Amino acid sequence: MEVSAEAKRIMVVALGKLYSSRTQRGGLRLHRSLLLTLVMKSAREIYHAAQATAESVAPKCELQHPTDEMIAEPAGAQGLQSPASLPAEEPRCTGSSTELRREARTHTSAENKENVCPPGPVQHSRKRRGKTAAEPDFLPCKKAKLEQGNCPQQLIVCSVLNDYVTCSSELRTAPTPIPVHTAIAAC
Amino acid sequence: MGEDTDSTPTLNHRGFLPDHNYVTEADIISTVEFNHTGELLATGDKGGRVVIFQREPESKTEPFSQGEYNVYSTFQSHEPEFDYLKSLEIEEKINKIRWLPQQNAAHFLLSTNDKTIKLWKVSERDKRPEGYNLKDEEGRIKDISTVTSLQVPVLKPMDLMVEVTPRRVFANAHTYHINSISVNSDYETYMSADDLRINLWHLDITDRSFNIVDIKPANMEDLTEVITAAEFHPYHCNLFVYSSSKGTLRLCDMREAALCDKHSKLFEEPEDPSARSFFSEIISSVSDVKFSHSGRYLLTRDYLTAKVWDLNMESKPLETYQVHDYLRSKLCSLYENDCIFDKFECAWNGSDSVIMTGAYNNFFRMFDRNTKRDVTLEASRESSKPRAVLKPRRVCAAGGKRRKDDISVDSLDFTKNVHIIRHAHTHAHILSHSQEMPKTHTYTHNQNSYTPFHSLLNLLLSLPELKGPRQG
Repeated sequence: MEVSAEAKRIMVVALGKLYSSRTQRGGLRLHRSLLLTLVMKSAREIYHAAQATAESVAPKCELQHPTDEMIAEPAGAQGLQSPASLPAEEPRCTGSSTELRREARTHTSAENKENVCPPGPVQHSRKRRGKTAAEPDFLPCKKAKLEQGNCPQQLIVCSVLNDYVTCSSELRTAPTPIPVHTAIAAC
Repeated sequence: MGEDTDSTPTLNHRGFLPDHNYVTEADIISTVEFNHTGELLATGDKGGRVVIFQREPESKTEPFSQGEYNVYSTFQSHEPEFDYLKSLEIEEKINKIRWLPQQNAAHFLLSTNDKTIKLWKVSERDKRPEGYNLKDEEGRIKDISTVTSLQVPVLKPMDLMVEVTPRRVFANAHTYHINSISVNSDYETYMSADDLRINLWHLDITDRSFNIVDIKPANMEDLTEVITAAEFHPYHCNLFVYSSSKGTLRLCDMREAALCDKHSKLFEEPEDPSARSFFSEIISSVSDVKFSHSGRYLLTRDYLTAKVWDLNMESKPLETYQVHDYLRSKLCSLYENDCIFDKFECAWNGSDSVIMTGAYNNFFRMFDRNTKRDVTLEASRESSKPRAVLKPRRVCAAGGKRRKDDISVDSLDFTKNVHIIRHAHTHAHILSHSQEMPKTHTYTHNQNSYTPFHSLLNLLLSLPELKGPRQG
């Protein structure tokens, strides 16, 4: 279990770094953000592999669909809190990422989009709300104002978070390969 | 654009910042580069300033020793800017400096921050015209009625003044952060590389550039690697190489197509599956790539190793040197304190027989490719007297036997990071300091810093093993 604990820690640290890099002077550092998401992906795979070898895992589908409202940390924390396996959901992943990208492209006002639930491929209900609220460290109440420059950051995190947070109701034994690490809005 | 006539032997930034006797982050040196003869050394810092050092001419009494370096000129290259469209501040930190080959009395250099490249002309003025007819000594217009005779102005000697003027500004061509610039051997063009694109410029034309490499995927979600460094071949003006965050190198030939997305050669070492860890991707990212002087080899640096590649062999590197393998077991801590994202540079010596790269704790490592000997040297304040011999140091891995004067891995100071550049002729190498995340650093432009860069500069002219016979 050490491996999965370490994997969890690495993922949390990566999320923290991604989050704090939003406020870094000079804007988003693409290289660093990419490396962080790759680390998260690595950790996620190793975590999943470790979990898969463990005995019965709670198949409860605790997830909150990563809509735009979610800040990196809370979602990440949620994902890590859940002992369930975290396979990737490719369609959803692509779906919400597409959605996010579309928003960036249309340059719509941030606040409006935050509150809009992306339609389409999103299927899973938001079951995680309660858990989120119960987690005091990562208060998701209000998403930080989405600036144009921070768009890329948001998208990276949200897309990766799809991997972590979403899970299916069936227990999957093998992780599907992750086609998507990052979603970075076209500048 | 400040001119500086400072000829005092010590580094002095207090002229610019009078109320400032402590080291600030703006003083931290971010890039270093010698010119082609080694006479001039340019250093850029996080505050957007460039300081040029000049080597004093050799003294007649010691014909084979080199003169010391002193401050030659200081100027403000870049200022912080604000991109209103993206609500982003553009840092003034100088990312890279490259000298142009000298073609006349003046020197030219390119300096770049994240977004804008500038060409600077560094020239000396030691004469000025005197004896104008219409102006008096102070430059005021004379009353015509007082002019009774005409004279021809003559050039009179004056105190040496170094003038640095901006000649070109190459702006608005990069969406992402510029990480490299490289001057072509045709002496007419140069390239600038950011995370996803490489642009080709003509030195005389600022309003347009050609995009020659674009690895931005149509769908940004599919992004898997970014460009980390790029360099032109030393004498084939059509060839250049760029490195990626995945640890691959791509050699491109500009004759093949206008857009060199398709590489001519791809240098990639297959990953060792047994060495896989959480951080495999991070530590395989190449932070620097340099052609050998011969043009036959490539030197790359990733987090733990330096590799020499033969241009004729793409499947694996010719040689791999472990720079600080004792860090391999500490990757998790280095990841948490951000050190794992640090970028090191590497360099060849003049004859391509020795490679050199920086490490932590003020260490730098030299590897002799022929004898396979390597040495770790420390650049520190204690040994920063001119001509002091640097003592080789040893880092013992955790649990290993520790000899006297060894340093244990756990006591390494990761705030002292060393950056390497090469010296042109005399094989001596000079160190500077660079790190990605802001931390306390040793080498700065400030005289009161922990280890003044300047004194270190002069120290390193007497590096052991590298001081070969004078050539040419």
